[in-house]
Amino acid sequence: MTAAVVVFPGSNCEHDAVSGLELAGTTAELVWHTETDLSRFDLVVLPGGFAHGDYLRPGALARISPVMDAVGAFARRGGPVVGICNGFQVLTEAGLLPGALQKNNHLTFNCQDAVVEVASSRSVLTSGVAVHTRLSIPINHFSGSYVCTQETLRELHDNDQVVLRYVENPNGSLDDIAGISNIQGNVVGLMPHPERACSTLLGSTDGLVLLQALVGAAQLA
Amino acid sequence: MRFTATVDVSLRPGIADPEGATIERALPALGISSVTNVRAGSSFVFDVEAGSVEEATAVATDLATRLLANPVIEDSTVRVEAR
Repeated sequence: MTAAVVVFPGSNCEHDAVSGLELAGTTAELVWHTETDLSRFDLVVLPGGFAHGDYLRPGALARISPVMDAVGAFARRGGPVVGICNGFQVLTEAGLLPGALQKNNHLTFNCQDAVVEVASSRSVLTSGVAVHTRLSIPINHFSGSYVCTQETLRELHDNDQVVLRYVENPNGSLDDIAGISNIQGNVVGLMPHPERACSTLLGSTDGLVLLQALVGAAQLA
Repeated sequence: MRFTATVDVSLRPGIADPEGATIERALPALGISSVTNVRAGSSFVFDVEAGSVEEATAVATDLATRLLANPVIEDSTVRVEAR
């Protein structure tokens, strides 16, 4: 089983993502954003960073990178796709997840541990993790305030698509949303960085809970 | 013919604009008290090679809606002038 970690010009969390995925039990390979075929992989991670400098809007230019057609095709076949932080922004810009990530409401860059609560066990990232489980995972972003129309929010609720919520909202995110999935649950975006919470040496292993759930879900897919 | 297009992008009404709000809060320091409802946005200017102003406007509008603005949270307006 092999995970793809997509690298855009300006990604900077790809090695942490590979390390976290390996600790969770899968091999992982870096894949450059010009790749056009991801069918040899079992799961795809879009890591954090500043793809294409975050110019225009975070994710706006990354979503027209050649690899994104392959990510879309992989997702449509039901393959597990997870976007972390900047990767979440790319997935919303690409239309693979609804809504958008806006500048934090206080206009400060958030760099702290955040406690999040699992809101759904249906997604590939939380499969088998009990609802209401609380996890301490770092956040590290300027544009992390989730926003969508009231209609989309209703759909997220009706379809059990809210994956993670902040216990204390750090950025003005609508409905305290820290992560969502698509309707099928195989595409997930989240602002917290689980790959940075995989070692007691670094303060928390709570992120490993999510990455292990992801690897487990990918093995079943 | 060559046209110059200007695309203005702003957050849709009802979408929180922390940048505009922060600018507005700074205005008393300049002694300005008559300005309210500050909204921040972006402006893009580019040239378009096209056969008519309508054609240039169509290209600029397509670029505005598919890339320059995120229609989930932003509106865009397009102006096109012959060079």
